[in-house]
Amino acid sequence: MLLASLLVASFVIFAALYLAPGNPITALSGGRALPPASLRVLEQRYHLNQPFFAQYWYWLDNALHGNFGLSITLQENVSSVIAARMWTTGGLVLYAALIILVVGIGSGVLAALRPGFADTSVLVSTAVSAAVPSFVAAIVLIALFSVKLRWLPALGNGTSFWSNVQHFTLPAIALAMSSLAIVARVTRAAVREEAGREHVQTAISRGIPARQLIRRHILRNAAIPITTVSGITIASLIAIAAVVETAFSLNGLGAYLVQAAESKDLAVVQGISLVLVAAFVVINAIVDLLYAVLDPRVTLGSRAQ
Amino acid sequence: MLGVLRSTGIAGMVSAVVIAVATVFAAFGPTIAPYNPDLPSLGLAFVGPAGGHLLGFDFEGRDVLSRLIAGAQSSMLGPLAVVVGAMALGTVIAVVAAWRQRLTDTVVSSGLDILFAFPGILLAVLAAAVFGAGLTAAAVALAIAYMPYVARVLRGAALKERGQPYVAALEVQGSSASRICLRHIVPNMLPLIVAQATIMFGWAMVDLAAISFLGLGVQPPAPNWGVMISENEPGILQGYPLPALAAGLCIVAVVIAFNVLGERLFLQAQVQQAQAVRR
Repeated sequence: MLLASLLVASFVIFAALYLAPGNPITALSGGRALPPASLRVLEQRYHLNQPFFAQYWYWLDNALHGNFGLSITLQENVSSVIAARMWTTGGLVLYAALIILVVGIGSGVLAALRPGFADTSVLVSTAVSAAVPSFVAAIVLIALFSVKLRWLPALGNGTSFWSNVQHFTLPAIALAMSSLAIVARVTRAAVREEAGREHVQTAISRGIPARQLIRRHILRNAAIPITTVSGITIASLIAIAAVVETAFSLNGLGAYLVQAAESKDLAVVQGISLVLVAAFVVINAIVDLLYAVLDPRVTLGSRAQ
Repeated sequence: MLGVLRSTGIAGMVSAVVIAVATVFAAFGPTIAPYNPDLPSLGLAFVGPAGGHLLGFDFEGRDVLSRLIAGAQSSMLGPLAVVVGAMALGTVIAVVAAWRQRLTDTVVSSGLDILFAFPGILLAVLAAAVFGAGLTAAAVALAIAYMPYVARVLRGAALKERGQPYVAALEVQGSSASRICLRHIVPNMLPLIVAQATIMFGWAMVDLAAISFLGLGVQPPAPNWGVMISENEPGILQGYPLPALAAGLCIVAVVIAFNVLGERLFLQAQVQQAQAVRR
């Protein structure tokens, strides 16, 4: 399934841009008229005289060896462009994922176990934050914490590790905002359902301390839906990161993908799309593997329901 | 219709009012707007609310309120196109898979699994790279990206309908497959389809506004809520966040309204289906 997804995705990415209007030769020559001999050399070097599937095969083979071709606007290897920007996107998504897991699951458990004020405030705040798109969260955070309070920088990457953390804090919060609400809500529902089960009542009557009860009896069983929704939302961050990177002028993969799409730098669009889709599919596959770790009843190859 | 709305409670009715107001602006925006939304006057750039201009002026000195009202059109029509496209495609695929079952169903299901590998925004960026930036390309890309979610939910519902005795009865009477699907199965799934479409409208609005914010959707100077946020972002750093925040608030309000209404309709659809099965 993993390989099939990747293969289809790579095919769609290649085919879409193959069909894009505009002749690759014109792009290579910069619009100048070339003598037929050099045309033939170019055609041969880039396999342009070969049938579609052969071209796809050359592209895929090269991509698998880390060669995504040449960026027309930067005159640089796409793979080195990707390598230089990968850490920004990776760090941002990781930071946001950390926020989602800690705050989302934490507030969900809190809301489920403490009915009343804590529960209501989590419910209300998640209802609002679930509807706040990342770019709206971005401008609110910049207006409040960068311009008004001057706590954190608004734009750009940092230079050292500590300044990186400072520069990434607002973007990570903006990125995490709506996913966090979804994770909190699902966690609350799962924990509440599990806490009402008979085996938990039995455990309480046996006098098992609250801490152990929550960790070993409630959370362990509620882990499957929580893992599912965390995995899906964290994987979806990879695409949304493009929006947040643009809003905060971070030089990540997504922001560059958008610039490349505007300037029709097709090799860059193909390369970055492929990397992002691969990351998306791999995270989803890791979540599937986690099911088997979390629940011994799930055997690999079948899906947890 | 009114009865359905009343049963969604106060939150549902408030949401319906928000949606109705946004719809009126979308339909008649340019004629309702108090000032010309496209008329710049650079001397008024980022000037605050003053005399009749309730929300002040944007980075080119255009009236913010008028631009919000006129911008409702592209901000609402885009998601509508996405939802209609995704629902139509998804419903057809779901019903065909549930009707034919066996091989068709297996092929469709695994095809849907593969399509899930494409996040909507990424597909829209790809579309912009191929066809050029614009609302149409983005809307088509999002409709294709959302289709698997629709098909997955509706396939389950269609399979349940397929197993109902009335379908077997109609088949025995000699009704054609397309007639049973169009006249009986799809109408019976209608509450679920409406609920799904309502929730999806919220997603589509967020994603399309994001794409316009990135500069790959609606092109400035056309008024649009996503575009307004990106073109007025410099104002935030200059300490004048009102135009960008007002546009953001419009998006959030409409999205919350669609989410709340959609959730209520979803619960109702589930209750209805449970009752129908019991009967």
